[in-house]
Amino acid sequence: MSGLSLKDVTKRFGDFKAVDTVNLDVPHGTFVCLLGPSGCGKTTLLRMIAGLEDPSEGAIVLDGSDITPVPTHKRDFGMVFQSLALFPHLTVGQNIAYPLRIRNRPREEQARRVDELLKLIHLSGFAERPVAKLSGGQRQRVAIARALALSPRLFLLDEPLSALDAKLREAMQVELRQLQQRLGVTTIVVTHDQREAMTMADLVVVMGEGRIRQAAPPIEIYRRPADAFVADFIGSTNLLEASADGAGRATVFGRPVAGLSMPSGLARAVLSIRPEDVRLAAAGTGAFDGTVTFVRDLGATIETFVEAGGETIVAVATPRDKPDVGLGQAVGVVLSPDACVLLTR
Amino acid sequence: MMATLSRRVYFTLIALFLAAPLLIVLGVSVNEKQDLSFPPKGFSLSWYGQIFLDPAWRNALVASVLLALAAAALAVAIALPLAWFLWRRIAPWANVFQALGLAPFILPPVITALGFLSFWATAGFYGQAWTAAISHAIFFVTLPLVTLSLGFASIDRSLVEAAATMGADDRIVLRTVVLPLILPYIVSGYAFAFVLSLNEYIIAYMTVGFTMETLPIKIFNALRYGYTPTMAAVSVFFVAVAAMVFGLIARFGDIRRLLGAMTSEKN
Amino acid sequence: MRREPPRNLADYAPLAFPALMLTVFFVVPFSIMIAVSFFRRDPAGFYTPDFVVDNYARFLSVFFGGVLGFSLVLAVLVAACCVAIAFPFTFLLTRCSRRVQTVWLVCLLSVLSLSEVIIGFAWSTLFSRTAGITNLLVAAGLMEAPQALLPGFGAVLTGMVYQALPYTVLVLYPALVRLDPTLLEAARTLGASPTRAFLNVVVPALRNTIVATLIMVFVFALGSYLLPQILGRPQHWTLSVLITDQAIYQSNMPFAAAMAVFLVLITLALVGLMLMVGRKESAA
Repeated sequence: MSGLSLKDVTKRFGDFKAVDTVNLDVPHGTFVCLLGPSGCGKTTLLRMIAGLEDPSEGAIVLDGSDITPVPTHKRDFGMVFQSLALFPHLTVGQNIAYPLRIRNRPREEQARRVDELLKLIHLSGFAERPVAKLSGGQRQRVAIARALALSPRLFLLDEPLSALDAKLREAMQVELRQLQQRLGVTTIVVTHDQREAMTMADLVVVMGEGRIRQAAPPIEIYRRPADAFVADFIGSTNLLEASADGAGRATVFGRPVAGLSMPSGLARAVLSIRPEDVRLAAAGTGAFDGTVTFVRDLGATIETFVEAGGETIVAVATPRDKPDVGLGQAVGVVLSPDACVLLTR
Repeated sequence: MMATLSRRVYFTLIALFLAAPLLIVLGVSVNEKQDLSFPPKGFSLSWYGQIFLDPAWRNALVASVLLALAAAALAVAIALPLAWFLWRRIAPWANVFQALGLAPFILPPVITALGFLSFWATAGFYGQAWTAAISHAIFFVTLPLVTLSLGFASIDRSLVEAAATMGADDRIVLRTVVLPLILPYIVSGYAFAFVLSLNEYIIAYMTVGFTMETLPIKIFNALRYGYTPTMAAVSVFFVAVAAMVFGLIARFGDIRRLLGAMTSEKN
Repeated sequence: MRREPPRNLADYAPLAFPALMLTVFFVVPFSIMIAVSFFRRDPAGFYTPDFVVDNYARFLSVFFGGVLGFSLVLAVLVAACCVAIAFPFTFLLTRCSRRVQTVWLVCLLSVLSLSEVIIGFAWSTLFSRTAGITNLLVAAGLMEAPQALLPGFGAVLTGMVYQALPYTVLVLYPALVRLDPTLLEAARTLGASPTRAFLNVVVPALRNTIVATLIMVFVFALGSYLLPQILGRPQHWTLSVLITDQAIYQSNMPFAAAMAVFLVLITLALVGLMLMVGRKESAA
């Protein structure tokens, strides 16, 4: 099959399993984000794909052939490091031309390709500039151009935007996505920023403790998280303990949630509902009652914090649909069954 | 401000302390007659000329310079592959060689000199000029070893990894990435060893002292047997050479970083 | 290229030349010297191969015990003085501008090029009665009559501190220049004056560096063989002076070698002891 396949890939450091039996298929041309908190194994996985680490077990297959034993410098991938790793002793042009130069490509070809890439990253004319004299965003783009110089089969990026300020970051996310779509290269990006993943990726792979928790398109991850870990990591959510009552209905704080039944065989679960799906109404009319403890008006949205059964539930609404409640007031919390997701931990 | 004032005073005191002997030597070197008095009697720069005109001094100067050039080069030739190996590979037992590289300089010079004396005498090459070069190289190998270890440690490993992802194997990485970045440290290690070899006395004396005279040997003999301001002139000359060498390194490189500062972004 | 153990014979290649050179030209000479220390002294020439412990027995005498003791005390004093002077100096230097630091570093490196002979000569002049410091003090009215400050213990100490000072600064420099400046700033916001912050924060934070530097200067000072002769009386002569004397002027190589081996062993023992104490302290 065309594309990248990871089969039972595991990496151990002594007794510690940094990556645990990862199986993943990435079709050719997909933009993948490896997403997770620090220490979840995403960078280790990327480095194994690049050949910078050897898997303890498992295989990495590209376009049908096993590349696990192939050393890094023969894999023909392009990689952007978190520190960018631009050669301080070379100019912008020399950096970009490096992969061509060490393969002894003719001078004219090198010069031509450098010009092409500089145009692609909107830095035409910067070839002679020393690397130290570039801004953060410019260095970023040079690192990207250098990785793409040989039209690699895989384009790998390790937290590429973490050093940029917020505004520049958002702009680069879009640029990176557009670039990838233009070139059609299979791209794998490691990030801990879930908004970044949601913006850029075709496929989001959420990792925790070395394992893949869920691999799916962004919207599916958001709407149908596989478990509580994923639900909590992607966007913000309310997590409530739910248990089955005698009739198989899901109950929260002892009160059944209208229209929501527990999956058969499950006695307890975690109920996840996004703040924007929580409605507040008059006391006694919702799934359960609570007290308003805090209201935060952020201009574009209004967040209402409600305390019930010892937990805090957050409801988010636009100014137009602002709930008519005040501090200390008793309210009913309405949970629409379509918006609830029942998860295991 | 009190703090700035006391700092200035402290720095001035130290500067005076360091400069005082130099001033003495400078003064002595301009004596008109062959007399080591201070304050100098008369004024003459002829003793500086003597370094080059008097055959005995000139030969000693040439001998010292040649010895220093060779010894420093050999020291770097030993230190570079060792430092590279220790940086590139995980091989705990190889640290034995690092300890061996640091040992000569840490031991009292007289002991190292004795060791070399016995060795060359036993080996039968006692007194030949090249034995001094090897002895100095071993004694001073610590200096390039330390500067090169610093240099290798300062190489961002992701640069090497990036080169690998772009298709560079070990040899190409060494040639195109590591060596350009390590070059300033090679130069400073060489300069250190060169300057110190020029002034080294006891090892040179014990290995080849009977067959050839280096400048430090000649100065020591001059001190004992025949006072002449030339020896003071030589010392000033050496300090000037050292200042020039290190000044050039500072001008074209970043001497702070070569001596251990992290980045050049401070102040 | 990740750091990995060498995989095949070719990977060991870079090590070949250094290993060879260091083994042949350092390990072997040193071993020979140890062997020589057991030889018998031959009045006619150097020595005859033998195995006697007479040479070692000779310095179980009071005289050599005294010299050894003096050498150690002197080395400790030199180390203490050097670090006490150099540490605050280097610290303040690292707070200066790049320009100032560069100038000072070049100056310190240039001073390194003064040989021990010249240093001895210059200080012997500075301490003399006719052309030295005391003459300046008399001219300034602070003293009545000029005085010779040498030969003497103070003179030897000053000369040796002078010789070791540039090295001390250069050894302390990397650690001090990398010191996190926010440590001091935090201390100041917590109410410590600059001096207090220096003593309570900087010194403890760099304790290991200070200990390592003390050891280094101590070992360096033990090796001084010319300055004690030029600036001091025979009672100020260190073990290194005696070793040189025996080896060259008395032509008694075995005895000199024995003293040398002994000096190395004492040095290693003291250094090991200091390191162990340091480790115990940081563990406690």
